[in-house]
Amino acid sequence: MDLPLSDFRRMEVEEFDTSKLLAHATKQATERGYKNFPIVDVDSHHYESESIGEILDYMEDPVLQQLARSARQANAKSVGMLPAGVGYQDMGGRVMRYAVRGMEKTEAGVQRDIALTRRWMDAIGIDVAVMFPTPMLQLGLHPQVEVEVALARAYNRWLTERVLAHEPRIRSMLYLPFNDADAAFRTVQEFSQNKGVVGFMVTSARYRPVHHNSFMKTYALLEEMGLPLAFHAGYNWNDQTVGMMNRFISVHALGFVFYNMVHLANWITNGLPERFPKLKVLWVESGLAWVPFMMQRFDNEYMMRSSEAPALKRKPSEYMRDMYFSSQPMEMTDMAALEQTFRMIKAETQLLYSSDYPHWDFDLPSTIYDLPFLNEQAKRSILGGNAMKLFNLKLPAQKLARVA
Amino acid sequence: MPELFVAKAAQFPDGERRIVSHGAREIGVFQWQGKFYAYENLCVHQGGPACEGIMMHKVEDVIGPDRGWLGQKFSSDEMHFVCPWHGYEYDLKTGECAADRSLKLKSFEVVQRGEDIYVVAS
Repeated sequence: MDLPLSDFRRMEVEEFDTSKLLAHATKQATERGYKNFPIVDVDSHHYESESIGEILDYMEDPVLQQLARSARQANAKSVGMLPAGVGYQDMGGRVMRYAVRGMEKTEAGVQRDIALTRRWMDAIGIDVAVMFPTPMLQLGLHPQVEVEVALARAYNRWLTERVLAHEPRIRSMLYLPFNDADAAFRTVQEFSQNKGVVGFMVTSARYRPVHHNSFMKTYALLEEMGLPLAFHAGYNWNDQTVGMMNRFISVHALGFVFYNMVHLANWITNGLPERFPKLKVLWVESGLAWVPFMMQRFDNEYMMRSSEAPALKRKPSEYMRDMYFSSQPMEMTDMAALEQTFRMIKAETQLLYSSDYPHWDFDLPSTIYDLPFLNEQAKRSILGGNAMKLFNLKLPAQKLARVA
Repeated sequence: MPELFVAKAAQFPDGERRIVSHGAREIGVFQWQGKFYAYENLCVHQGGPACEGIMMHKVEDVIGPDRGWLGQKFSSDEMHFVCPWHGYEYDLKTGECAADRSLKLKSFEVVQRGEDIYVVAS
């Protein structure tokens, strides 16, 4: 494959192997003794678009199915039915794995997502990974609610039958078609007992307020089942506010926090933590720096305007401290600020390591393990123990990832 | 100090790079515009194989005399190599991280003896 470079040059790439790309990560795993404790990655990804043909086989509405198949054919390699946002995650080809991913060979007879996921998990030293889709993170912005519902159900069926049922090291929090509250409820009812399902996930990039009464039955059901609800961040360059930014760095830096800020604000000020005190809520892929901001901002205003959040019995930050946060992309350029953030979010019990692999800003376990202000127990809790408690994971004593 | 054989000069065209190992240490050797440069293949960020990524000229904003933005271009003289893990860019001629020049890859001397290129793995 030829990759376009600057100055009319090109770079020829003949092969791609995840294990080779991540050889230094494997070395880190050995040096740091990851064989001695479990590592759970609560946010990783696959490219469901590469299996869209199979996924569409699971779509039940024959008209939508035909529409999707036709749109896919007409748009060559794109999914066709998915809203395709403008974006430059591959950084102009600098992060090469985006372009060459398709060249990677996997062993015959093993489902490709399983084979590739095992490969990077072993290379990094991760025992269990919670896997999410990639293009479908935009599906909450689809103008046709019925398409979100149909595609989500097809994906959930495909994922549970073709992937989760066959590889216990891969788990998922299944996609909730949140623009249709009844469909979201039915999704929890239908899939909560499936092998590998450890919770449910709302893609945050959407225009549906989380405090709407139509969602209460879903929250109640999740609370009753003890299953966490995750809000997975995403950007939306088509949003008019985000659209004022002309560089992808800005769109990504703010966009991946913006919707989670809105949802968290609504969650707190509408008293949902009081109404669903046992519902475990997890905020995914917004990094951590936004949380101290939200805590300070809302505590300060709450002291003056508590009448506008009358359901609260404690300060907003105290509810936030009961929530869970995934670590990536962890802001690491100011160690003192990061240490303060860990203190503010009660990281030793509430923080969950996430890699986001294979996306461009993935974090290795060493981003947690090498922090100078954590003791060994805290490192192990964040890298695996907290997730095992949250998801009630029972793992065998021996390390599942192949690390020396 | 051990000298590691890198390549025969005739088999190491300008604009290419080679990765050589000395024990646990990996070194990326580049030839660019007739000169050789060598750096440790270990990104200052998360330890990625910094020398194995693509080579791309620095991107520059073009600012007009009224300080308005006119567009962007690739630098005519500053070449970067990019860590393939996360996109950290390094100045090929200095090994400095383009986003923060205080961060720098360890550099190594490259010597040519006749047709053979060596890197001094100090």
